[in-house]
Amino acid sequence: MSSNLRIMVACKRVIDYAVKIRVNAAGTAVETANVKHSMNPFDEIGTEQAIQIKEALTKAKGKAEVIVVSCGPSKSQETLRTALAMGADKAIHVETDEELQPLAVAKLLKAVVEKEKPDMIILGKQAIDDDSNQTGQMLAGLLNWPQATFASKVELSEKAMTVTREVDGGVETIKTSFPAVLTTDLRLNVPRYASLPNIMKAKKKPLTKFTVADLGVDVKSRLQTLKIAEPPKRQGGKLVESVDDLLDKLKNEAKVL
Amino acid sequence: MSSIASATAIRLQGQFRLAGTRALRRIPSALRTPAVFSTRAAFSTFPKAANAAALAGDKKSFTSEKYPYLKRSQSFKKLSDEDISYFKSILSPSGVSQDEEDLEAFNNDWMQKYRGQSKIVLKPSSTEQMSKVLKYCNDNKLAVVPQGGNTGLVGGGVPVFDEIIISTANMSTIRSFDSMSGALVCDAGCILEVLDNYLAENGYIMPLDLGAKGSCHIGGNVATNAGGLRLLRYGSLHGTVLGLEVVLPDGTILDNLSTLRKDNTGYDLKQLFIGSEGTLGIITGVSIMAPKRSKAVNVALLGLSTFEQVQAAYKRSKDELSEILSAFEFFDQASIELVKKHLAAGNNDPLEAIHPFYVLIETSGSNKDHDDEKLSNYLEGLLTDEIVQDGVVAQDTTQFKNLWAIREGITEACAKTGSVYKYDLSIPVPVFYQMVEDMRARLDQQGVLGQGKAVECVVGFGHIGDGNLHLNIPAKGYSEAITDIIEPYVYEWTAKYNGSISSEHGLGLFKSPHLHYSKSPSMIQLMKRVKTMMDPNGIMNPYKYLPEN
Repeated sequence: MSSNLRIMVACKRVIDYAVKIRVNAAGTAVETANVKHSMNPFDEIGTEQAIQIKEALTKAKGKAEVIVVSCGPSKSQETLRTALAMGADKAIHVETDEELQPLAVAKLLKAVVEKEKPDMIILGKQAIDDDSNQTGQMLAGLLNWPQATFASKVELSEKAMTVTREVDGGVETIKTSFPAVLTTDLRLNVPRYASLPNIMKAKKKPLTKFTVADLGVDVKSRLQTLKIAEPPKRQGGKLVESVDDLLDKLKNEAKVL
Repeated sequence: MSSIASATAIRLQGQFRLAGTRALRRIPSALRTPAVFSTRAAFSTFPKAANAAALAGDKKSFTSEKYPYLKRSQSFKKLSDEDISYFKSILSPSGVSQDEEDLEAFNNDWMQKYRGQSKIVLKPSSTEQMSKVLKYCNDNKLAVVPQGGNTGLVGGGVPVFDEIIISTANMSTIRSFDSMSGALVCDAGCILEVLDNYLAENGYIMPLDLGAKGSCHIGGNVATNAGGLRLLRYGSLHGTVLGLEVVLPDGTILDNLSTLRKDNTGYDLKQLFIGSEGTLGIITGVSIMAPKRSKAVNVALLGLSTFEQVQAAYKRSKDELSEILSAFEFFDQASIELVKKHLAAGNNDPLEAIHPFYVLIETSGSNKDHDDEKLSNYLEGLLTDEIVQDGVVAQDTTQFKNLWAIREGITEACAKTGSVYKYDLSIPVPVFYQMVEDMRARLDQQGVLGQGKAVECVVGFGHIGDGNLHLNIPAKGYSEAITDIIEPYVYEWTAKYNGSISSEHGLGLFKSPHLHYSKSPSMIQLMKRVKTMMDPNGIMNPYKYLPEN
């Protein structure tokens, strides 16, 4: 680990988790126009983690820099400003209106990593729009870096990082050297609010723009979306008047008895 | 939506694993828009606090014991077996309950302040059933108390003695919605939050919102003319209610479920029932004007040092945010301290330091970029001119809800301290906070204010935009000594500034004796004549609303 730790965080702009998703009439995509967007919650956790590491290092007389990156349309800059307002130092926007699949994002991030040379890159374990859970792992593969995924606890020492991961059977603790890829799980931390003074400061923080061509990456989709459909509507509950009534409904309507 | 929740839900179906539930934990299911609204089954009509106390066997004293000046009227008949058989003959089996545990929840109010002794709860499931019930009660001089979600704060919805409780819980159908005009017609027992979620699906919003939205019934909201958090933007129910269906004591069904925005024909009778607190008839259906739901909503929480700064921030918000401003709420340091002490909402304090005053601002508009720019200019101006010391802006829906949860949690946090003396006053904004300070000084002077003393603190919060102060005084218990220190001082103080002793909670049992502080003798006289004309036997919600003499 260098004396000045450089942490890169990937932030995706997604439809806010509380928005009721609607599928377009053609059944080819979900409606995104005039829909509230926010930073992917797992990326928010990633940003928070990077800032916490920076704060801890600063306290211990060390240094760290937090660089946030987002790939997507021009509106992604709002997401980057949010991350800057939380406390990130600078932002990089890879602007494209193309649909980006995980492999394309991983390649773009790899290109940015090669320019910025961070010691670690933090990503959300998945984005809540496509639920792919692939970008972090692919990026680690492309960079040939160690990966610590689904982190619920991170401890840094001079040369290594100890990460607690939530796995199916319980928790697993692993140790990795730098540089490394870290992906965040929900319980890692609770992201802070963007304070007014920091929102104002964020407006003046540097934001660099790249195009896909600048980075020389092929972002062509490898997967083709055939159809998007809403899940079937759930039927409303019913009040029954008696046990007999209930039995009758279970037998004849629900046909589970 | 294809979100954290749905991803895990799919995994959950196959196997119950730790990994599967992982993602669900941080974002409680309540924060997600429910896909389905089953109006009857999904929500308990019993206020949790009352229910828990009832089950724990907490036999606190009856209202009639606590307030011995109240005497049961001899003109009312006592409930007989014959009456019960009649009710059973016209209502469905779930429409009549005499179960003691059930009754505790209906007899006790939300604050655990009032406790009635009713022996029966009736839950008609149609307007016709309601009409039959009321006609029978009127013919037999059986006193009744109409009850919605039982979330009232002035003891208006629970019996004083043995009045029959008539609950709107079994009337919860949405009758119609016009997506062109926004007119919603529904049963009185529909839960406010259910209606709001239903409208959200259609791109509309209920014109009112309040902390009790998950339990309160729209019929009760209208009967008490509930105010709440959206009044600043959408006005009071006197403006948004388009029509009502009301059953009069003699069983007459007054069908005025108009969906017209404009109708200048005859006396506007529906207005009489809005805020009548069940003393003139029972509202069974409501037609209400729903505004379009705003596409862009922003929330900011600000920390300020003085009440003058709160006023300055308010004044400026009217200049700079006027058409998008949808809430301007304030609370004081004592409020946030209580929330932090008692509620989960206070665990993650958005501001680093504690401030003497807080303001929660909400904007709602149709264009996010436009709103963002306005709000950000406004907030920057406040910060540059040192009107606010600190502040946060919600960046996503989680933060948005958390900020509101702090403001909405104050009432609940007060209740956790014990018994709460609640005053809900309309006061001119410049002297708004002086009321709180004067009350503190008064209680302190009497030596009852402070940690470990009878009164823990004096809390001030409310809707600055509506000139509505909530003065809450959490105490160890309701006692005559404390009451005498607070009352009638608080009412006299309010009257001195031509304020109202009840902005939005209503009169109920609590404030009916004090009506004269806000209304002239001639007005009270006319109110009494209206009451006698519409309810000659006086069976509707007796002992409340209007003063005895």
